[in-house]
This record gives sequence, C-alpha cells and structure tokens, in this order.
Amino acid sequence: MPSDRALRLRPVDGPFALTLKENNANRLHCLNAAAERAGLNRAMSFADARAFCPDLQSRPADPQGDDRFLQVLRRWATRYCPWVGFEGGDGLVLDITGSAHLFGGEAALLADIRQRLVRAGFTARLGLGDSRGAAWALARHGEGRAEPGQALAALETLPVAALRLDGDVVTALQRLGLRTIGELERTPRAPLARRFGPEPLLRLDQALGRQGEQIAPLAEPPHFGARLTLPEPIGLYDDVMAGTARLLEPLCARLKAEEAGARVLCLTLRRVDQAAQTVELRLARPLSDPARILPLFDRGLRAVEAGFGIDQLRLAATAVEPLPQRQLSHVAPNRRDRLDDLVTRLGTRIGLENIRRFLPAESHIPERGFLVAPAAWSEPEGGWSAPRPRPLRIFRPEPIAAAGAEPPRQFRWRRMALVTARATGPERIAPEWWLEDEAWRSGLRDYWMIETRQGRRLWLFHTPQSPGWFVQGEFA
Amino acid sequence: MSSDFAASFPLCPARVHEAFGPAALAFAAIAVAQARGDVFWIREGWRSGALNPVGLSDFLDPASLLVAEVRDQSEGLAVMEEALRDGASRIVVAELSQPLGLTPGRRLQLAAKAGRSIGLCLIGEGMGSNAAETRWRCTPVFDAAATPADSTLHRWELIKNKSGTSGAWHVRWDRAARRLNLVSPVAERPGSAAAPG
Repeated sequence: MPSDRALRLRPVDGPFALTLKENNANRLHCLNAAAERAGLNRAMSFADARAFCPDLQSRPADPQGDDRFLQVLRRWATRYCPWVGFEGGDGLVLDITGSAHLFGGEAALLADIRQRLVRAGFTARLGLGDSRGAAWALARHGEGRAEPGQALAALETLPVAALRLDGDVVTALQRLGLRTIGELERTPRAPLARRFGPEPLLRLDQALGRQGEQIAPLAEPPHFGARLTLPEPIGLYDDVMAGTARLLEPLCARLKAEEAGARVLCLTLRRVDQAAQTVELRLARPLSDPARILPLFDRGLRAVEAGFGIDQLRLAATAVEPLPQRQLSHVAPNRRDRLDDLVTRLGTRIGLENIRRFLPAESHIPERGFLVAPAAWSEPEGGWSAPRPRPLRIFRPEPIAAAGAEPPRQFRWRRMALVTARATGPERIAPEWWLEDEAWRSGLRDYWMIETRQGRRLWLFHTPQSPGWFVQGEFA
Repeated sequence: MSSDFAASFPLCPARVHEAFGPAALAFAAIAVAQARGDVFWIREGWRSGALNPVGLSDFLDPASLLVAEVRDQSEGLAVMEEALRDGASRIVVAELSQPLGLTPGRRLQLAAKAGRSIGLCLIGEGMGSNAAETRWRCTPVFDAAATPADSTLHRWELIKNKSGTSGAWHVRWDRAARRLNLVSPVAERPGSAAAPG
C-alpha cells in the first residue's frame, strides 16, 4: 500500500521500493510488483537489494503519511458497510453482514472493490469468508472467496502461516510436517494443545468459524463544522453577523455535546464570484458559548470585502480542546471570562502570542527569575517572593567606569553624574554552571544596591573574576 | 496638605492620567496596587528594560498582570483604547514613546469613561496630552534616615490637575503592609536640609 501511494504521487516504471531506516540500516519497507518479480522482499537491506537489482528506484518511506492515508481509505470503505476496522498496518477489515446484497452479492461486491481500487492505482488483495480469520487467510495467502459454510474447503490447501500465528510456531508446525491448514485440522487436538498451547487451535477455530471474533469498528471522529448556503447573496455586515450566529448555534451545540470547546474558529465566506475569504478567530480560552463567540467575530468580519455578495458561509472549529461541564458555584465565580474575551479581541489585533503573563521560575539569576508565557496558553500562578529587594526594572548590563571591589564613590551612567550616598551589599550570585549563558561568562557577580544623592536607586554589580562594574537595574 | 493628596491620589476612576520622571514606573506600580484588580500593561516590544515581576511583587501580585507587546505607538494606543472601553481590567498602563496628540488623548478619555476603568500613560518629559486628567512628575529622593530595606522615598509633584489643585508630596511605600505612607517634606525635617528635593 505505501509504495502504491508513493507511485500515485509520482509514477515510476520498473522496480520500485520505499526504504525505511531501521536500526541504522536502510531496509526495504514496501515494494511494487516489478520489484517482487526481481526477487526482492521486504526487510531486505537496501544495499543487498541494489546488488540484486541494479535498476531499482527508491524513495524514503513516510509511515505517518501512510497512516493518514489508511484513515482516508477506511472512510472510503464505509460506502460498503458501516463496520470498518484496521487490520495490521496496511489492511482494512469490513463486516459486510447484511450489506452484500446491496451490491449484487458477495462476488459482485469484491469485483466492485477491486475495480475501484485498481482505477485509483492500488493493488489490493481481497479475501472474503464467514469469519475474520478465514478472510485474513484468503487475503494474505491466495485470494478468493469462501462460500458460506465452506470455509474448510477454501482454506484446506493454504499454509499454516495463514492462521495469524507467530513465526516460531509456524516453523515448529512445519517441522512436525503440518504444512497446510487441512493437515492441522486432521491432527488430534489434545497433543497439539499440550505442545503449542491454546493459540494455534484458537486461531484455527476462529478461521473456521467455530469461535466468534469481533471487528472493532472505529468511531467516526466528530466533525465540528457547519455550512449555510444562501439563495441570494448578502453583503451587509449585520446580515453576515446574523448568518454567523445561525451557524454558531449548531456548532456550539455539537461542541457542548462532546464536552469540547473551540480554540480556533475558521469562518469561510464564499463570494458570488467564487473568491473565498477566511476569517480566523483564535480564542484565548476554549469556548462553546455562541453568545460569547459571536461578538469576537466583529473585528474580523468588518475587514471582509463582500464584493458582489456572499452566498455561502462555512464555519469550522479547526482546533478543539476538551472543555468539561463545570458546576456553577458561588465559591469560584467566573470573573475571568471578561478578561479572556478581552485577550481574544486584542489578540485579533496584535496577535495572541503578544499578550503575555509572568510565571515564577526557580532561579537566582535575576534575568531568569521569571518566565514570560503567552496568556492564552497559561494559567496565572502565585508563589512570587523576593527575599531580598529586587529592582523594578532590569535591563542589559551597562558598563560604567569604576575600579576595585568597593562600589565607586561617584560614577557616570547614561550621561548623568551620580554620587553614591549609601551602598548596600554585596549580594553574591554565582552563575548557573549547568546552563551555558553568554551574559554570565564573566563569572561571579557581587550585587550592590546603590542609593545616590540624586535620588536614583540603582542595582550595580561587580565581577571579581574579570574586574568591571555594570548597572543592571533600577529600584523603585 | 494631606487632605489634598487624598483627593487626587488614588487616581480618579474612569479617567486617563499621566506620569513621567525617573520614578514613573514606581508611581505606576503603586497606582496599580491601589486599584486592586487585573492590570493590562502595554509596552512596545522593541524597548529595552523589561519589567521585573520579582521586583514588582513588592507592590502587587504579578499574577494579575497581563503584558501586551505592541509594534508601535499607534497600535499601543488602539489596544489601550479597546482595553479601556472593555473595562475588564481595572487599570490599563501604557508606556508611550512619542508625544500624545489631543485627539488620541480625548479618545482614550472617552474610552475610559465608557469602560469605567483607569488609564495611566507613562510618558517622556514634556510629551503630555492636554486631555489628561492629571499629570505627575515623579522623582526618587535619597532618604538618609531610612534603612536600606525600605528606602522608597519619592517626591510626587502634581503639575496638572483638571479638577483640583496641584501640589507636591513626599511618599514612601511600605512593602510589608503594601501601603502608601505620606511623609512630611524633607526640607521641614531637622538635619536633612542638604538633601536636594
């Protein structure tokens, strides 16, 4: 399947393989029919494969992309039946009970699937049987269809590997001379169970339909979107707002049912001339309340150019976060809601990342005593304490002309002549040796609080290891 | 004199005020602390000299502070107007770098009135707008008598007041009680005649 997907994007003639780096070696991940005919197989190292088949073409594999593609394929397969699950990393399993007649019987159904997949450029191996085990065996080892109740007849000649057994069990069974499913079926069960445990017999029973096995269908992921198509184009701001309000209601109802809140909303407005404009709304908190979301669209919608009119509105929540129902109580009133809405509104103007808050951090280094985090993705934290006086404003260290370990009696800073009236200190702060910091290359710092006759109270430090004096902050 | 101060210092609500001078930041911190509520602090991203929340924690709880970093002054004023009009935060502080015209000043005044919140602009000397309710010149003062731990003596001069008289006061911030104390002027105290005001 992965190589088919790669070839669909960019077709190649001749042998082709996808390589995946495993344990520091490039191995073949998936190959096409031409490469298989050339004698290559999966898990072969790429260097060996090149030696066997010099004209092999290859590309790196993309397992995540393949997973996503299988999701798409799974969704497509729900056209045949509602119960579709994954089988391994590259297969689908469909429970077609009660839906085969819609396509004219089982054989016609298989033909239809195959025809559509081939047209899309995929080689598929299809198996159909009474049980999941039988279908698996048929799909992987000799395609075909088992007639109802005739599973044993269809599977008799298939190798025991078709029973979804571990590799060493298969080898052991072959060493005993049990090569096919039919031979395994005719062997007395008790000695087999004693020797191999219940596994082979369980798999055999599942394949022959004597033991039930369920398909776990995957739930359809919830879709948070709504659409409104208008018979006549609209262009006035109020009309678009009213349309948005109408879309928000079902969307928010669905969000509430899933106990989720929208974090990013995308409103796409399609104009009569097929141009589309998108208004993106990023919220400071997950929300599912239409009355609160609607006013936040105000600024974005005012910027929309309606042209000859808008005839379709589509609203989708592109980022959704869990938002459990909360008990309303008088103890913790929701007084931050207004502030969050304000953050959202200002975020549409200056960018949501540019609204920040301070969080305490554990460090004695003045510059690292706090963290700056975007307000929309953090919660306010308490626990601020300043055991010693700290300046109100800190800046990059500004050198001043002074010498010696004692604070200077007078100095010039920012073109001001200052006279020291009182110096308090020193407070020694050592660099955090486990962090590489350019600013702290000069080593230890002895901090002094300098009160000047002129009134300004400055935070100076001296670096004894590479002598120098700097101003780093100003007190209140 | 102290009654005068009480009439103008906890900044009059629903108006926009201005402060400048070397201690304007301390003035803002104290004004914010007195307003008790969430604060929006607007500053231009390119300016050096960051607020130090650890130092600020002597005045207020930094958890109630939201900082908006804007590109330039016009964006900052737009943000300030919106924040003032919304009224979700009790006080909005903006550090301005350019003189404020009468029209933007008046807009801010109207927004503050609509949102019932206080606006405070930290401006450079001589950059004030005529629309401001009050304008304060704040300078730190060396206090020979104080211990280093609480040397927070400031001289606040009210040089413009639309609804009252102007004046000058010496104040000190009490870190432990988070309280503003009015001090009798330095010049009137014995032994401190040498200290410049």
